[in-house]
Amino acid sequence: MISDWTLWLEWLIKSLVMIFALLGGFIFLTYFERRALARMQTRIGPNRAGPFGLFQPFADAIKLIFKEEFTPIHADKIVFFLAPILTVVPSLIIAAVIPIAPTTELFGRTISFAVADINVGILYLMSIASISVYGIVLAGWSSNNKYAMLGGLRSSAQMISYELALGFCFVMVILLGNSMSLNEIVVAQKDMWFAVIQPTGAILFFIVVLAEVNRAPFDMPEAEQELTAGFHSEYSGMKFSLFFMAEYQKMIVVSMITAVLFFGGYRELWFMTDWFNGALSVDRFWFLGPVYLLIKVVILLFVMIWTRATWPRIRYDRLMSFGWKVLLPLSLALVFITAVGIVLADVLKSVLYFWSIPVVSIMLGLFAVAVVQWSLRSKFHGRS
Amino acid sequence: MGVLEPLVELARGLGQTFRYMFERPVTVQYPEQKRTVRPRFRGRHVLKRYDNGLEKCIGCSLCAAACPSDAIFVEASENTDEKRFSPGERYASTYEINMLRCIYCGFCEDACPTEAIVMGDNYELSFTDRRQAIYPKDMLLEPVHVHTMLTPQKVDAGVFTRSVPEMKDPRD
Repeated sequence: MISDWTLWLEWLIKSLVMIFALLGGFIFLTYFERRALARMQTRIGPNRAGPFGLFQPFADAIKLIFKEEFTPIHADKIVFFLAPILTVVPSLIIAAVIPIAPTTELFGRTISFAVADINVGILYLMSIASISVYGIVLAGWSSNNKYAMLGGLRSSAQMISYELALGFCFVMVILLGNSMSLNEIVVAQKDMWFAVIQPTGAILFFIVVLAEVNRAPFDMPEAEQELTAGFHSEYSGMKFSLFFMAEYQKMIVVSMITAVLFFGGYRELWFMTDWFNGALSVDRFWFLGPVYLLIKVVILLFVMIWTRATWPRIRYDRLMSFGWKVLLPLSLALVFITAVGIVLADVLKSVLYFWSIPVVSIMLGLFAVAVVQWSLRSKFHGRS
Repeated sequence: MGVLEPLVELARGLGQTFRYMFERPVTVQYPEQKRTVRPRFRGRHVLKRYDNGLEKCIGCSLCAAACPSDAIFVEASENTDEKRFSPGERYASTYEINMLRCIYCGFCEDACPTEAIVMGDNYELSFTDRRQAIYPKDMLLEPVHVHTMLTPQKVDAGVFTRSVPEMKDPRD
């Protein structure tokens, strides 16, 4: 029994802040995406509702709430109802382990700025990320619609394929950070971001993560041209908006995870620590942490939107080939060289060996690009 | 570099979209900004007047005959010098166009012997009711700025005897 009511209060406040941050983030991410995409297509985007169209998400929300909810007659009613919830809940709770500021003494007590700073945070991320695919598969299956079914199946196949590479990326970070707690991983990036030590790993993680959240160019489960709207073809009204919400919250969360694992999380740039006597450092002012994290998340989200505006959707067989034949071996090799680099630096007591990691990592990345290039150019691939 | 070619191509694509982000949007903010229509644009019909305010329409019903969708209804009445609407003997006492039937082909314009009916540049037609779609003569007739130009006018006898004026070949 916990008699300390302030602990309950702390948990409550942290949970509420995290949930409302994600909900608010989702609302303005839709706006941000529409505006950014529009500008890239030399349009203006939504600018009617409110100043600069900022109220557009609210108008959309009102419209979706009052829309008719339609359930297909042969749909599995219970699963059809549960699937959106199963999709949206993991996308909310996955953010629970992400630290947004360094652990600080505040109000006479030590506060860690993650909802739950558990020491196996990465395992938690892995497991919740896998759960979120259930909602999509069940939505596709329960709709009693072949397009929805195909969308769900594609989604599950894609997630299983890319989760392996995702796992290896996590292993890289665990090796480099020497911990599974996200807070300790962030602290370990005090002197150097893992994105610099393992550049190919960071890019690979971002690619895999795009596939995990079904974003372009890996948005096969909702390929409009082939599957109408994919797994949510039969959904409308509030149920549809839950899927929509889950997708955008996953984008935000995944950007947060990428920032935490490879781009120093809530920490400032590694060379900024000593600027202005540490006035820009989170070690001195803990409240700078959320600001830095927000900047990183916004940049990563912009990259996601940018990618969507630029690159066409990858063909499904190539998606699978890319996942199994390129990303999986590459991530395995990257884990190997990370481990070897760390052990060499440890045994031979020389940082020089540690810096062999980024060099070999970039070389491996270029090799993978060359392999892709060769396979795409080869006659065999063209004929089949 | 053959090896880096995929990366270069992908980066070029990203650069393209990024550059376009700073270009001027091509959007026309419609209700506030309107694009001017083309010279031969066929919008809502306008019934024209002469410089002295008399209506060009003489109620001959050629437009109604030319209309492929039978959208025009004309009823003619006699002019007098006391109450003169148009030059010549007759004028259109009723002139209605059903805008829901009209296909904006411009045949009425071609058929008109006095260039009275002209396709204007107004394309913002909307109705909430079928009856509103029937535009009567007072909506179609060109508005006047001077009060004295309104029809019917009291004119001197024997001046406006010719219904169809002498005209040059039409241009745009």
